[in-house]
Amino acid sequence: MTAGKKKIKPDAAFADFMARAYVMEIDASERYADFADQMEVHNNLEVAQLFRKLSRIEGLHAKRIVEEMGWKQPPKMLLAWRWDDAEPPETAPVTDLHYLMQPWHALEIALRNERRAERFFARIVRSAKTPAAIRKIAAEMAEEEREHVRLIRDWMKRVPKPEPGWDRDPDPPVYSD
Amino acid sequence: MNAPANVVTLAAKDFKSEYKPVWCPGCGDYTVLASITRALAALGLRPENVALVSGIGCSSRIPAYTTCYGFHGVHGRALAAGTGLKVARPDLTVLVAGGDGDGYSIGGNHFMHACRRNVDLTYIVMDNHVYGMTKGQPSPTTEPDWNSKLSPGGTGLREFHPLVIALASGANFIARAFSGDPSGTASLITEAIRHPGFSFVEVLSPCVTFRPEQRAWKEAVRASPVEPTDDPARAARRLMTDDGFNLGVLYKGTRRPYAPPGRASHAVADLEKEFAL
Repeated sequence: MTAGKKKIKPDAAFADFMARAYVMEIDASERYADFADQMEVHNNLEVAQLFRKLSRIEGLHAKRIVEEMGWKQPPKMLLAWRWDDAEPPETAPVTDLHYLMQPWHALEIALRNERRAERFFARIVRSAKTPAAIRKIAAEMAEEEREHVRLIRDWMKRVPKPEPGWDRDPDPPVYSD
Repeated sequence: MNAPANVVTLAAKDFKSEYKPVWCPGCGDYTVLASITRALAALGLRPENVALVSGIGCSSRIPAYTTCYGFHGVHGRALAAGTGLKVARPDLTVLVAGGDGDGYSIGGNHFMHACRRNVDLTYIVMDNHVYGMTKGQPSPTTEPDWNSKLSPGGTGLREFHPLVIALASGANFIARAFSGDPSGTASLITEAIRHPGFSFVEVLSPCVTFRPEQRAWKEAVRASPVEPTDDPARAARRLMTDDGFNLGVLYKGTRRPYAPPGRASHAVADLEKEFAL
């Protein structure tokens, strides 16, 4: 987000929008941290480290929103908030993990999340009902998410693409005779 | 539900313990844990005023992952322990949690009678239609045609319908949630804890290891198209035609919760005398 270094004086609709943007970032950060924990428990430390890094990045985005809004307390994640899907657009579905996954898969998850976030903000920009101030900041956020998509694509070029059969486990947890 | 006044409200993370859950990556139970902690935070509760009681199975590990009081009980007996605790300590908010094998098979009898007794507690069942901890045997909610090496050709047995059984047995609140919707699940758990009497929340929680096809549940679930009812006959008609994927509060009864007598009829010392050798 590049809304300027000055603290923003928001109206209620703007503050609500920014609170949602904050919750998107913090929820994504917490989910990546959960994924990192899951991978650590299963001794997949390389992927754990990558998820930890993604969690930190999303956490920094959330922190920046708090600073720019000048909030003394970050907004709470209200149970009543609903999204287009079950979870905020930048949050990875919990069932996306596999215990043998590789860094490339983690980045693939991150790529999907950034694309969903970009579409979310772009839709707000396109909506005729969106007030001008929100449209402006949503456009900046959409552009920022597009930049993240580019960064993750570049990142994916630097890690090996998994070979077919990457999930083959000679001693699988599933019962077999 | 007992929320103390004049105390600092805690966040969901304050209800998470230092222990990292030992579940398979991608397991639905992770988000059920997150939903429970969000619900407790939303209710303004404190960990020392909440007890989480479980049975045996993957999902029954859950008490260790919270900062609340916890009791990891014996297989199928979580509701018995939870009922005893709530009757002895009505000031506590008591949650009972477990899986479909623990709650509907080994603990099936306790389930029915907990519904009937209507003690003010909340029972959360993480239903994945399989015994995961013991490596994939069919559970009471497994589909009859689920073909696996442990059940070649399927069991051919009709599934147990926990919501219908709960209604017929007298549960005062019946809801279905989906672990892929943590906020929705947290809202339902919050409402269940608030509702007086025995509240039952069945959470569809995919087992990605033994039932990877359950990842598709996220496309199958939908918000229930009808408002909750307090009419058991209407609820019964709805539940009998339910396909298992309608989410939300499906029944909200008005039956008064069981109230234990205010004073013990016997002193503990008198009871001990009976067992003296």
